[in-house]
Amino acid sequence: MEALIKKLAEAWGPSGFEHHVRDLIRAEVQSLADDVWIDPLGNLICRIGQGDFRVMTAAHMDEIGVMISHIDRQGYARFTNIGTLFPATLLGARVRFENGVIGTIGVEHQFTKRRELPGVEGFYIDISQDIAGNADVHVGDPGAFVREVMMRGERVIGKSLDNRLGCVVQIEAMRRIAASGTPHTVFFAFTVQEEVGSRGAKPAAYGVDPHLAIALDTTATGDQPHGKQMAITLGGGAAIKARDTGLIVPAPVKNLLIQRAEEAGIPYQIEILELGATDGATIQIARSGVPTGGLAVPTRYVHTTSETADVRDIQAVIDLLTAVLSQPITL
Amino acid sequence: MIALLRELSQAIGVSGDEDEVRDLILSHIQDYVEDIHIDPMGNVLGVRRGTGAVDLRVMAAAHMDEVGLMVTGFDSDGTIRFKAVGGLDARILPGMRVLVGRDKTPGVVSWVPIHLNRSDDAVDIDRLRIDIGASSRDSAQNAADLGDRIAFDSSFVELGPTVRGKAFDDRAGCASLIALVQGERFPFDLYVAFTVQEEVGLRGAQVAAQRLQPDIAFVLETTACHDLPQNPDEPDQTTITRMGGGPAITVMDRSMISDPRLVRHMVQVGIPCQFRSPQHAGGTDAGAIHRSNAGVPSVVVANPCRYLHGPHSIMSISDFEYQSQLLRAAWMALTPSVLER
Repeated sequence: MEALIKKLAEAWGPSGFEHHVRDLIRAEVQSLADDVWIDPLGNLICRIGQGDFRVMTAAHMDEIGVMISHIDRQGYARFTNIGTLFPATLLGARVRFENGVIGTIGVEHQFTKRRELPGVEGFYIDISQDIAGNADVHVGDPGAFVREVMMRGERVIGKSLDNRLGCVVQIEAMRRIAASGTPHTVFFAFTVQEEVGSRGAKPAAYGVDPHLAIALDTTATGDQPHGKQMAITLGGGAAIKARDTGLIVPAPVKNLLIQRAEEAGIPYQIEILELGATDGATIQIARSGVPTGGLAVPTRYVHTTSETADVRDIQAVIDLLTAVLSQPITL
Repeated sequence: MIALLRELSQAIGVSGDEDEVRDLILSHIQDYVEDIHIDPMGNVLGVRRGTGAVDLRVMAAAHMDEVGLMVTGFDSDGTIRFKAVGGLDARILPGMRVLVGRDKTPGVVSWVPIHLNRSDDAVDIDRLRIDIGASSRDSAQNAADLGDRIAFDSSFVELGPTVRGKAFDDRAGCASLIALVQGERFPFDLYVAFTVQEEVGLRGAQVAAQRLQPDIAFVLETTACHDLPQNPDEPDQTTITRMGGGPAITVMDRSMISDPRLVRHMVQVGIPCQFRSPQHAGGTDAGAIHRSNAGVPSVVVANPCRYLHGPHSIMSISDFEYQSQLLRAAWMALTPSVLER
């Protein structure tokens, strides 16, 4: 599983440009699913089973990134954010464009205003390749952050664990469901454009028309110094969502997830996320409405290049998702 | 096409009250577009039948509404209270000529004369009033009703290679779409939508797309342009678009990331065009359309326009004419293979 995490997390796929990640995932899942297709917006959807009850799970493939907005008078590439960036993470960060060009991020007044933190507009991307000129990068080109995935004991560290971990959870659950079978029709959706407002998930849900949906994502933790108060601990088990800023999980859905965790002895914690939402927010309002829940892998330092998660939490989410999908469901 | 643009620009249609613009558009398309339908929101929907060579449901949308104001109250001195409809910069309002209500009663936005005001402070929009020359609440109420829209009162002028006027956003897009449906048939059936209420949140386009259920969508828009010389001491800001650089293809804005396959297709047809600098500012009907139903690959082609959302926008005639030429060329070359992954 660590190898799969490394492969997916290091892949290139800012929102709207997920095709490389999708290709990697498709190669993993093609043989596991009864049917695999790509919908109009680029969501990869995999069906296993043919029961009457349709369950959709969703994990987004995209990651935060940058897009070149103009080249300034000195030849530096100015950029805008794709998804939410924390300016504190930018100075010295590297981004890769689709053609392989690496950009280095600098900041105006680096030494003269070292105690001040500007917004994204105060940063720039150095794309010079020699004294004469720039590498082949243009307005409108998207870029993704570059960072290797590394391990520290049970902790996994890397960029884009949000939400390649959700993708890994879905792939691993697919392996088990493909082997064990399911009484339902399960649609595993690998979605696009979550980081810019869950734009892919709602059309995906429209196409699938599910009776129940579960969004798989990472979530923040409450165990950092002066962090947001939150009852989620790294290593504390699978996070079962109660609510976030875009979704209040219906009690029957939340209770189903808790019940399956209890039955199987899977460690879990209840998530109330006050600073973010997931694909569940838009899936729930697709068509005439979809009862929607969420499972998440607790992750520290989200939206940085060193997001940190715990392998045992990932395992717990896989176990719990598998338990839910392999047994009968009544809401 | 300039005569058509002039006519559309001078018509008044502040969001939610687009009737005058709609009637004008209907008169121009009824001989070319079939199954014309005004939907419950007020969108004009119809189909320009194609030759049948290509099996794709293609939607093209341009919004009929413009930014403006709305009457919200009457003061005892006969002045009118108002709120903005759509994104308006309060700093450009004082002294502006406006037309109030369907009777187009002339008025002016009040301000404190320079003799009494040396303040550099920005204007507070809630303290501005519209003065229609009424001397009492009763006489003001005789001239306008609560909820009446208020539009910019400005003329349409040809300035050589450019035109100046109001509401190019998005009457220029409407004019291009009208010209497109009046021309040679396309290989596919083109589903057209002249939408309402874009400026207040893409409200018309959403239901238009839900009804039309397109495979692919093109949005004809007008976008900001800020290409005048900048103060070298100020931060090096983007120009967003350049006037005369051709119609602008949106790669990303606040509401959508354009489908890269369609962006590529537009660039490849060989008509002059530019990229609108991706900023998290602005949104278009495509933001609602691309998320409708099971998802719709979409792209935006916009006319660069200086002083957007003001009474005197300036737009290049060649950029405007290239907008319809670019779309015509792109549509003539459009096949399902463009959407292959």
